[in-house]
Amino acid sequence: MSNLARRKLINNAMTALTGLCALFAVASLFFILGYIFWGGVRGLSLGFLINSPKPIGEPDSGIANAIVGSVILITLGSLIGMPVGILGGIYLSEFGSNKFGLLLRFLIDTLTGTPSIIIGVFVWTVMVHPMGHFSALSGGVALGIMMMPIVARTTEEMIRLVPHSLREAGLALGAPRWRVTLGVVLRTAASGVATGAMLAIARIAGETAPLLFTALGLNYLSTNLLQPMASLTFQIYYYAQSPYEEWHDMAWAATLVLVTMILVLNIVVKILTRNRHQQA
Amino acid sequence: MGSTLAGEGSATPLTPNKSPLRFGRAVSGLRIRPRIGDPLFKWATGFFAVLIAGLAVLIMVEMAINSKLPIAKFGFGFLTRSVWDPVAEQFGALPFVYGTAVSAVIALLISVPISLGVAIFLVEKAPRRLSNPIMFIVQLLAAIPSVVFGLWAIFVLAPMLRNHLYPALQSSLGFLPLFRGNQNGLGLLTAGLILSIMVLPIITAVTTDVLRAVPGTQREAALALGSTKWEATLIVLQNARSGISGAIILGLGRAIGETMAVTMVIGNRPQISASLFDPSFTIASAIANEFTEASGDIYLQSLIELGLILFFVTFIINMLARLLVWSVTRGEGRGAHV
Repeated sequence: MSNLARRKLINNAMTALTGLCALFAVASLFFILGYIFWGGVRGLSLGFLINSPKPIGEPDSGIANAIVGSVILITLGSLIGMPVGILGGIYLSEFGSNKFGLLLRFLIDTLTGTPSIIIGVFVWTVMVHPMGHFSALSGGVALGIMMMPIVARTTEEMIRLVPHSLREAGLALGAPRWRVTLGVVLRTAASGVATGAMLAIARIAGETAPLLFTALGLNYLSTNLLQPMASLTFQIYYYAQSPYEEWHDMAWAATLVLVTMILVLNIVVKILTRNRHQQA
Repeated sequence: MGSTLAGEGSATPLTPNKSPLRFGRAVSGLRIRPRIGDPLFKWATGFFAVLIAGLAVLIMVEMAINSKLPIAKFGFGFLTRSVWDPVAEQFGALPFVYGTAVSAVIALLISVPISLGVAIFLVEKAPRRLSNPIMFIVQLLAAIPSVVFGLWAIFVLAPMLRNHLYPALQSSLGFLPLFRGNQNGLGLLTAGLILSIMVLPIITAVTTDVLRAVPGTQREAALALGSTKWEATLIVLQNARSGISGAIILGLGRAIGETMAVTMVIGNRPQISASLFDPSFTIASAIANEFTEASGDIYLQSLIELGLILFFVTFIINMLARLLVWSVTRGEGRGAHV
């Protein structure tokens, strides 16, 4: 075989090989999603969504406690994580172009990269241990801490995208800097900040590890923030580890609910951001 | 915070108010109020930025304080001891360090070639029409929660491995101690395999960013000299190598910190065994599995010290990765997906 033919052959082989890799990545998502769908759709019913768990063998068992618990925990986490994250992100973008800003960014990125189980242990040591019992509140704090660095960094990036001329126009009208930042810059970046926040919610909605030692889990419906609380992710973990076939089916159905929620959030964000790019 | 034209109009860095001709004042004749809005704003937002950054430091301090007992009792020997006996209150981190390292290495051995392949395909081969949706699908893979991967691994992956791959590995490579022993499907190799799927998106995403940051002129120059497209790609890879190493190290950081999926399939036994089929433990899965059941202060604090080790390792890994990725993409003005 001539040298050129050999080189061309290698070229085509590598194109095919990288294409196969991409096919593998795409296929593995659909493979997993397929199992979740077929595994979960059997156990899914209205009763499953609106009933609380019942003892093994009784019909009409459900995961209402976990759905309500997840919504409460995620709301708590967002209430704690979002304001802090957005305000921190504003500081980074407006006043953070110096050494101090670099240090802050470095530490914030460190927090992003910290394994979620460690956040759980940390909240256990500062909240659960002193209070003496597991609580939904501490779970919310753990999720909030996970959200803060993500929201801060996306807010910063979104604000940096706002054209400088807008800022200057505001200042030229005589408005003080804080009004320009909040009323013009942040408002212009609002949709970007909102999509960033949605992604952060999608991220914490799937977290289990920070809840293991904070919110723990609970087998009945509760809205008491000072008591343990159920969550979809914990319930899936708990059911999957159990020896009961019936609970395995419930774990699959709960997974279908959770994954649908998270994928919908991600797809909505994708659609929103695509429209923005088209307008720009 | 009533801001009048006269009062705060000059509160911008763009208009230094040294000039005697101060328009607003001359026109309205209002008294100039002290401009407290801007400093207040800076301090208030700064407080929250420092709060987030401070949490990273606080986590480290808090965990160090709460692992005093084992640090005092075992010292640095904690890292090299291989006993983990809660009854005798003897604790050592070696089995967990071993499990963490081996499962992460297995994950990288599998996911790195595939991730690089996907990234090369997306940047160098595929048209935008194809690469955008594929990229989105890879992102969705990253959005699937860890516990869901765990569930799938217990009920789908582990039985498949137990019935097909592991017997085949044993019959063909069984002369190696790595592939011997019981095969109930839950063990180190299974954990490594599920981790490889989980770190694939992050390595792919960062490598894609890095490859996109390599100037197109390099590809054009290589092509103009008569190289094939693949040979041009090799040159691009050559120039992006530090960024690609950063992407791989970032994947390593994810693999090491991953908790739920690993806990569900690794078998949870603190042992160092030559066989990859055997149950093991990672640092993260040990904490997840034993923390709420730990009785006795030194047991609990030994688990927290494991967490401290995990924190330090991921800290160093992430820092290194960010530096490497940044060295390639800094001109792009976009952050790495850290």
